[in-house]
Amino acid sequence: MITKMNHVSIFVLNQDSAYDFYVNKLGFKVHTDAAMGPGMRWLTVCPPGQPELEITLMAIDEGMMFKGEAAAQMRDLVKKGTFGFGVFECDDLKATYEELKAKGVEFKKPPTKEFYGYEALFLDDSGNWFSLGERSKTTS
Amino acid sequence: MYPKMYLYKRIVQSRLFIDSHYAEAIDLDNIADEALFSRFHFIRLFSSIFGQTPHQYLTSLRIEKSKELLRAGESVSSTCFAVGFESLGSFTSLFKRRTGQNPSLYRRQMMEREDTIKQNPLHFIPGCFAEQKGWKNSNFEEMKAC
Repeated sequence: MITKMNHVSIFVLNQDSAYDFYVNKLGFKVHTDAAMGPGMRWLTVCPPGQPELEITLMAIDEGMMFKGEAAAQMRDLVKKGTFGFGVFECDDLKATYEELKAKGVEFKKPPTKEFYGYEALFLDDSGNWFSLGERSKTTS
Repeated sequence: MYPKMYLYKRIVQSRLFIDSHYAEAIDLDNIADEALFSRFHFIRLFSSIFGQTPHQYLTSLRIEKSKELLRAGESVSSTCFAVGFESLGSFTSLFKRRTGQNPSLYRRQMMEREDTIKQNPLHFIPGCFAEQKGWKNSNFEEMKAC
């Protein structure tokens, strides 16, 4: 029986820039930042209220994971905002929206009432987008 | 859009002010004045939005920042003053109350972990990812040699 998820990957264009976005703007905590060899880095962060879930900020580089043109194609798709990687949760959507906007986070949609509750959409520094909602409104 | 968005903007601005001035001697009365609220109204609104009073938030932030500095190898005393505490004794007891450890023990444990990651990074990575990315012991042996 599967009991929980402990790692999830987000594909990013640049790990330094992603570090700045997820740590300094979103306020996530660095879990592991390990150099794996020349040009290789394992970087995981956790949302402040979920230290057991490591989000791997995975660089899109040509190599074992992306072969041939796949890396270039993947980079292009990420830049175009193709991928929505998940839903984040906060205690107060209005306050979090204002805070992140003031820190320079780009929102595709401000807090908006939908049939399932209030929701906002933001982009990371690579072009991946996420939904942001309040706990009571995302789970009800 | 939400009603009373301007109220949120003012409260959020005050929190962002704390975020960028936590290392200084912050007067929370001044923040209330800047946000154009009475002290009581400011604390009530701040608490209802963020779940803690401005003072509690400032203290939590200073403890979080001190953990970052300790992990990076800063000494306990320089960390204490760098994040805005004025006394080593109050920093140490507050740190212990919040984290369950005293700062010097926390620093030592975190630095040992960082050393272990440097020596043996593959222990911290799920095997499937390491394999897919072609990471093996020789990768960082090669790096150490550089």
